[in-house]
Amino acid sequence: MAEIELRNLVKRYGDGFPAVNDVSLRIEDGEFVILVGPSGSGKSTVLRMIVGLEDITDGDLLIDGERVNDKAPRDRDLSMVFQNYALYPHLTVYENIAFPLRLDKTSYPEDEVKARVDRAATMLELGEHLERKPANLSGGQRQRVAMGRAIVRDAKAFLFDEPLSNLDAKLRGQMRTEIARMQRNLGVTTVYVTHDQTEAMTLGDKVAVLKRGALQQYASPQELYREPVNIFVAGFIGSPSMNFLPVTNRGNGELESPFGTFRLPEERARGMAEAPELLIAGLRPEAFQDADLLEEDELDRGAVITAEVDVTEWLGNEIYAYLPFEATPEVQESLDELDRDLDGEGMRTQVVAALDPQSRVREGDTVRLFFDPADVMVFDPATGDNLTRDEERAAEITRKSEEARRRALERARSEQGAGGQKRGSGNGAAGAGQSASGRTDAGTGDRTADGGSTTGSTSTGR
Amino acid sequence: MAATRTTSPLTKTLWIVAFVLIALWALFPVVWILSLSLKSPSDIANRQFWPTELSWENYDLILFGGAQELFLPALRNSIGICLIATLVAVVLSTLAAYAIARLDFPGKNVVLYMSLAITVFPVISIVTPLFNLWSTIGLYDTWLGLIIPYLSLTLPISIWTLTSFFKEIPWELEQAAQVDGATAFQAFRKVIVPLAAPGVFTTAIIAFFIAWNDFLYGISLTSTSAARPVPAALSFFTGASQFEEPAGSIAAASIVVTIPVIIIVLLFQRQIVSGLTSGAVKG
Repeated sequence: MAEIELRNLVKRYGDGFPAVNDVSLRIEDGEFVILVGPSGSGKSTVLRMIVGLEDITDGDLLIDGERVNDKAPRDRDLSMVFQNYALYPHLTVYENIAFPLRLDKTSYPEDEVKARVDRAATMLELGEHLERKPANLSGGQRQRVAMGRAIVRDAKAFLFDEPLSNLDAKLRGQMRTEIARMQRNLGVTTVYVTHDQTEAMTLGDKVAVLKRGALQQYASPQELYREPVNIFVAGFIGSPSMNFLPVTNRGNGELESPFGTFRLPEERARGMAEAPELLIAGLRPEAFQDADLLEEDELDRGAVITAEVDVTEWLGNEIYAYLPFEATPEVQESLDELDRDLDGEGMRTQVVAALDPQSRVREGDTVRLFFDPADVMVFDPATGDNLTRDEERAAEITRKSEEARRRALERARSEQGAGGQKRGSGNGAAGAGQSASGRTDAGTGDRTADGGSTTGSTSTGR
Repeated sequence: MAATRTTSPLTKTLWIVAFVLIALWALFPVVWILSLSLKSPSDIANRQFWPTELSWENYDLILFGGAQELFLPALRNSIGICLIATLVAVVLSTLAAYAIARLDFPGKNVVLYMSLAITVFPVISIVTPLFNLWSTIGLYDTWLGLIIPYLSLTLPISIWTLTSFFKEIPWELEQAAQVDGATAFQAFRKVIVPLAAPGVFTTAIIAFFIAWNDFLYGISLTSTSAARPVPAALSFFTGASQFEEPAGSIAAASIVVTIPVIIIVLLFQRQIVSGLTSGAVKG
């Protein structure tokens, strides 16, 4: 149990290139924090600086208020799950899990080692594999052994370095839920690195979004989704990712897009007083609705645009409709840059709309799409700043999710104290932190995973 | 990984035939020597493959009889010199390979390719200058005088095999151990050493064979039984009379010196089995 604080951390390599630049984070006791970003964003480097495998060039790292910059990894008392598991191939599963305990013989006598390993193995359902060697295990089992080694001793915090990236999609979903459940039950401070925004959103109490070594935003998933600070965060969070449209600023919140003109509500347009003429509007795919499925009086409450559908993808629970458009060169340039930042592959400019599956829209149709202009975000193409961000609402969102987290944590700890027995991982949906881990249910995961793959296939399909 | 591909009976048969042919090709000379060693001198020229009558006369000659003074010291020299040369080569090449695989320093590729270049250097071209040098500084006909040239044979190949082996070790394990609470030395001893051991054993065996099989240095840099190794000593065998070929006793000596090699391979074959590292990290 520990608080971890990063103060202006900098990592500079020999060539002077800052892999991590001035990152400051405060990780509360028992909090689950995600470091997320595309490749090369420095997220793993931050984690390795916390655990002590990477020297800190500048700044301070504090664990429970104590500066640990110069401490060796073993003296920091953190446990880590590596991306490729780093299991000891010459040891059995039992000995792998017991390894951290064996290094401290005075604190852990043999019967204590056995009790702890057995408890971790039960929790991770490794009981029948204890005498096997890692080489004979499946990917998911190896992953669980690595987790067992991390939880077997009472480390101050757990660190995960992309633990699920080597698993296939189905297993990844299961293990994600498993990790969430384990963390809620144990209530241990956790830092988790991933490049997958779905993992970030579903697991984290708070998410730190990094880009090229710089911290972009550190907030709850809800705030990242609803009030991103800039176009990078907006594009990174959410799947399929946010649509970006070039728009012309006509003043008073009126925006002219390639698909028609619409007007922002006044409270959203407040930050746009000095906005340039050319802007980028961001609208999430799920903000669109098929106007033909709505009543006329509902349509009055929002804006309707008309566009021709290029491709549709039917997923069962929704339909993705792709609407191509032409962008002006200035906007195209900033969209291209954003695409590079997001590890994109030069997607064509198009809008994706996630519609109700009842929609009859098909390739080649002209569709009328309804959306609420209050859902539109507006970005400055030069700086990428979100001009429509509402600080008050953002603070409110974060306050609420923080409250929910504290409640869940307290519940988990009181249950641990009262029952004296940790809840087994196989106990199903009911359990401590249900409100929090409920977000990680398989439905969300599947939908977003499908979204990602189908978007990819369209862009490469032609 | 279980082979999922099914092989047809025909390919299977062909594999078996190929296997038998190769086994015959490799084992025929050994069996021939064994058969020769078991023939009595009068039986050597019997114009048949097998001895007409089993005879231990040759073994008796080299181990207890007239050739005893020639063979037994040579056997002792061979074992001693080769073990020392192997040990030194393995220790030095382990350090060198560890540095080459783990550290980044200027000229590490030069070291690596230099050692490769040395392996292709013809021994015969160094032997004469070495003979003169050794005679001058007093290393001629001593154990050290053979150990040093043997190192020039065993070190390069040891460095090469160990470097490639060390490069395969997932060094992240060392970091994992440190995070788990190990000191740098504990991480090395409990994680890296067990993983490196098979590679070191394999290298040691290769180095030992190279030294064991050497003839040229052995014959050129020794003159008495003080340092003469077995391959050189064999060439000094004589028959009962000078008109008689000592084929039988040479064959018997060959069999005797082959036995330690076979024992070593059998002892360490479990360590030589590769693939011990698989499963450490996601393959």
